[in-house]
Amino acid sequence: MKWSLFLFFFLSSAAIAQSLRLSVPYSQFVLPNGLTVILHEDHSTPTLSVNIWYHVGSGREKPGRTGFAHLFEHIMFEGSGHVSEGKFDEWLEAAGGDNNASTSSDRTNYWENIPSNALELALFLESDRMGYLLNAMSPAKVDGQRDVVKNERRQSYENRPYGMADIALDENLYPSNHPYHWPTIGSMEDLSAASYEDVVSFFKQYYTPRNASLAIAGDINPAETKKLVEKWFSDVPAGSPVPPIAPPVAFLPQEKRIVLEDKVQLPRLYMAWLTPALFTPGDAELDLLANILAGGKNSRLYKRLVYDLQIAQDVSAFQASRPLGSSFQIIVTAREGHTLSELKKVIQEEINHIKSEPPTDRELQRAVNQFEAGFLDRLERIGGFGGKADQLNNYYTATGNPDYFNEDLARYKALDVNDLRAIAETHLRDDGRVVLSVVPEGKKDLATPAGKEGR
Amino acid sequence: MTSRALGLEFSHEHTAIETRIGRTNVAKMKTFVCVLLLIAGIFVTPLHAQKPDRSKPPELSSPPTLRLPPIQHFRLSNGLPVLLLEKHEVPLVQMNLLLKVGSTADPTEKSGLASLSARMLTEGAGTRNALQLADAIDFLGASLSASAGQHTTVVALHTPLNKLDSAVALLADVALRPQFANEELERTRKELLTTLVQWHDEPRAIASVLFNETLYGTKHPYGIPEIGNERSLRSFTTEDLKRFHGKYFHSNNATLIVVGDVTVKSIQSKLEEAFSTWPQGNSPSLKLPPIGQIERREVYLVDKPGAPQSEIRIGRIGAPRLTDDYYAILVMNTILGGSFTSRLNQNLREQHGYTYGARSTFDFLPQPGPFLAGAAVQTAVTDKALVEFMKELNGILQPVPDEELTRAKNYLALRYPENFQSVAQIANQLGELVTYDLPDDYFNGYVQHILAVTGADVQRVAKKYIDPDQVAIIIAGDQKQIEAGVKALNLGPLHTLTINDVLGKAPVIGSEK
Repeated sequence: MKWSLFLFFFLSSAAIAQSLRLSVPYSQFVLPNGLTVILHEDHSTPTLSVNIWYHVGSGREKPGRTGFAHLFEHIMFEGSGHVSEGKFDEWLEAAGGDNNASTSSDRTNYWENIPSNALELALFLESDRMGYLLNAMSPAKVDGQRDVVKNERRQSYENRPYGMADIALDENLYPSNHPYHWPTIGSMEDLSAASYEDVVSFFKQYYTPRNASLAIAGDINPAETKKLVEKWFSDVPAGSPVPPIAPPVAFLPQEKRIVLEDKVQLPRLYMAWLTPALFTPGDAELDLLANILAGGKNSRLYKRLVYDLQIAQDVSAFQASRPLGSSFQIIVTAREGHTLSELKKVIQEEINHIKSEPPTDRELQRAVNQFEAGFLDRLERIGGFGGKADQLNNYYTATGNPDYFNEDLARYKALDVNDLRAIAETHLRDDGRVVLSVVPEGKKDLATPAGKEGR
Repeated sequence: MTSRALGLEFSHEHTAIETRIGRTNVAKMKTFVCVLLLIAGIFVTPLHAQKPDRSKPPELSSPPTLRLPPIQHFRLSNGLPVLLLEKHEVPLVQMNLLLKVGSTADPTEKSGLASLSARMLTEGAGTRNALQLADAIDFLGASLSASAGQHTTVVALHTPLNKLDSAVALLADVALRPQFANEELERTRKELLTTLVQWHDEPRAIASVLFNETLYGTKHPYGIPEIGNERSLRSFTTEDLKRFHGKYFHSNNATLIVVGDVTVKSIQSKLEEAFSTWPQGNSPSLKLPPIGQIERREVYLVDKPGAPQSEIRIGRIGAPRLTDDYYAILVMNTILGGSFTSRLNQNLREQHGYTYGARSTFDFLPQPGPFLAGAAVQTAVTDKALVEFMKELNGILQPVPDEELTRAKNYLALRYPENFQSVAQIANQLGELVTYDLPDDYFNGYVQHILAVTGADVQRVAKKYIDPDQVAIIIAGDQKQIEAGVKALNLGPLHTLTINDVLGKAPVIGSEK
């Protein structure tokens, strides 16, 4: 067991601005069956969060079964060997608990936010479905959640303006055998094909203690918590190791232009590039570059497109960081009467500009200051998506160090303006990107024309 | 990222669950714990490190109590009241300046004025124009925003402690010295008109606008979108904004809420410096028309051709925030559609798979806000989903089993401390206290009142507030596919509308700058 020696914060008394040191102290141990456990004490409210990451996401899906990892996540709530259908939620609510889960291309996370007296209930429920899910599984449960997930797809993608754009981007950024090529929500066809047998094999392959990590944060006594974790999780068999994922190389040799028609009033342009993976060199640079391009009124693209020219309704830019590779995206919605070509021309000018001349020191500092303040916000909540328990698991998964907060922040503070110019030049290539136009139905002429401009 | 339950689906009812901070009264809390133990049937047992007994869920010890620091009250020399709650875990400060004016104060021809005035506060203030102001805030790593609700306007500052001095000065500039420059108004006007255009794409926006208008009509501000309409948005001048600000932004029409890593001693002189010159004034009092209940059941179908889902909203006039029925309504609604295991969600999602989530809410306002049950359902099962909605609205009128009642009460009461983790959350809770003039020890009352709700109370308020024969049923979906099925249910007179009937024609903004 490792105990962190840091206090919650080290703030030097005078020059706080320069010396903020973030730390979320934790202890860590591994059960004989391979389950990694991370504990963090925070007694500010009498609540805690139990947070499990299974290191499997939609990237592990087989051909013809897209959407399965997420469908499986839903099925995890339908009861297990000693928890009959419906009781998972009923017992938690009766104890004052909330819960949720989510699936990405790389992982599936589950959490229960509960009053601190209900810790053992959450451990019972999580360990029971980790150990005994199949004892209570049936084809009918798969069917029930299949319909729910199809409605999730309708609600979050099909019936949402511009909702299909992200799916189209990933399909075009990544080759068809790359884990990020297909959407986590899956296709309707593949959701229909998912079977009871798929549930059995997926569970056996991926839902094992050695392929999971458990973080518990909040109003806990670590020694007692360790005993309870041992009590509830030790009887779960270890299972077989999961081989590392080996994605093919993703590379865009030219600009790809795609047009989607949607039930929308205004056309929207998406530009996307393949960029360095989460926490690898270049990742933090692109976070800051996104802020300089489109974070706040003074950012370069917002100021020109929305504030000065007033030809766009909104603009955003972000580095979508993922473990196997990231994408950098710029998204802009045209005002009425303006074409996507017009918008793209301005964006291209600004990209060219930042490639030829570094941003100003103030722009960089403004961006770093916003990221630094964002780290403080991330220490406020214990549970839920993005709460401390979830972040400990995230850092552990990505770096092996659950308390990576300070190292993460240091990435941003170490950069200078030339780093940002260089990253733009290296990665925001004109000849290797996806340009997606989403246009109102029947108005393909509003898309950016296929042609030489922008090359 | 794709999640099991969409946060938004259940976030709305959380805001309707009124929760308060108070000095934790230890004696009262002990009573509360005992009551809980009896209700939940949970007992304290010693812990054994052994192979677990999975035959039943583990027995739990008594639930913990939340001990919040006290709310500290003081006034600045000009009379501006300050509420302060210390929270020292993270070096952050949240300051919400709450003004008792919102969209309900909009003049008839100027709907959207409160909302626009709030928005324009951050478009230039003091000596800084809009860009300079945004640069100053961003450089601090702070956020500063202003928005108007129906009865309040909140100017909210969130800042790292070490930037507090500069940030407070900007907050005061924004609230007290907005520029309301004409070119910023023109730019913002186009942005808002474009938002109205984009509503035509959004089934949720379409259903919500029609729902509110059907319940409250266009004579009551609860029936009118807070953003305003094309005509009012085109009419606004900087004089309108200045007049509105002069009328309502007085230090005696405001309360400053401070939460974070500060003390009265550390912050009083800073606040004095920033706000003490803010004069008092006379703000006109609000007169709102009375609200009449829905008198019969009618169905309104808005055509959204090709939509893969139908947005359903079923509702009627609910109850005001200060009703004596408040706690009973919270418990009743939790059972009906306020949690994952609620009847609507279990039926429409878990049992039938018609939707990703169904829920119900009571929106508590000074006057009776709406009761609403809703879901986005697959187009092909729109009629079947309506049948299940009506079944549950009728079902809640019958006596509720004890197990369900206990679960709902525990869910509301025991989950309470979750609302007190971030400085922004706590400041919002304190905002409710100010808006409704609730006492500091409101929280103790909250828990006990929730636990005191009986099955008879639940049945009584269900019968009083949920009359399935007097509801408006709004559906935004593909008329061609769903009209016949909906009609065959004979729920009441069926009105079919186009999106333009609901939202008006999409504004034509023109491409000139």
